[in-house]
Amino acid sequence: MNLQINQDQINETYELKLTGEVDAYTAPKLKEVMLPLTETKGNIVIVDLSGIEYMDSTGLGIFVGALKSSKANSSSLKLRGMTERVKRIFEITGLTEVMDIESGVKGEAL
Amino acid sequence: MRTASDYIEMKVPAKPDYVGVVRLTISGLANRMGFAFDEIEDIKIAVSEAVTNVVNHAYTDTEDKGQVRVGCNIYDDRMEITVVDQGKSFDVESISKNLGPVDGKSVDQLHEGGLGLFLIDTLMDKVEISSEAGIVVMMTKYLHRDEVEEHVDRISPAPSQ
Repeated sequence: MNLQINQDQINETYELKLTGEVDAYTAPKLKEVMLPLTETKGNIVIVDLSGIEYMDSTGLGIFVGALKSSKANSSSLKLRGMTERVKRIFEITGLTEVMDIESGVKGEAL
Repeated sequence: MRTASDYIEMKVPAKPDYVGVVRLTISGLANRMGFAFDEIEDIKIAVSEAVTNVVNHAYTDTEDKGQVRVGCNIYDDRMEITVVDQGKSFDVESISKNLGPVDGKSVDQLHEGGLGLFLIDTLMDKVEISSEAGIVVMMTKYLHRDEVEEHVDRISPAPSQ
């Protein structure tokens, strides 16, 4: 029932590595860290979701908000390392079509 | 129709802090019933969405936060979860109209909320919502144990040449 966020920065590229659960309790923390990064023009925000064990629509909402902010501020937002579970809720809700998602497991047969 | 059931009920404060506690409890019950891993994950999301809705909509910030009641009926073949708020109800009609996946919407048209009820509807087998006295969301997930057993002995046909 916790979310850990590790942040790395090289120039304008920020990488957030998330570990744990994103729900109504932890989502505000994610928003607080991620949203400001998308508000600077030219920033590239990469979010690594490989350590996410649980995410629901509150989490999806935070990503939708960050995506909107990145479009409005000319920054970019990329998601990577989605587990099958997380990928599934992005797919069900149709968000895979609008988000920049780096495709899953490397070396996996098509 | 099977009638015998066990009933478990929880009442937690309508605060984000307790959504995870409800989720874990329901997950434990589903696990005990023999649901598959993916089904348990579906149930966890659906329950969290229903409880989160209550936390977000049913009570205003100024008011006392109130409680969420989560009931769980356990049958041989299904789990029936009821989430009840005791705050002011939201407009079910207008919310259901906005349900649906993002399909074809531009980024500007996306809104940050509203996916919760859609997910509940998609992930559970049966969902009923009533708004007469507060909001009641009742959702059912069936155990598919028998089907799985049938498939075990079946030999999948070889692809035709």
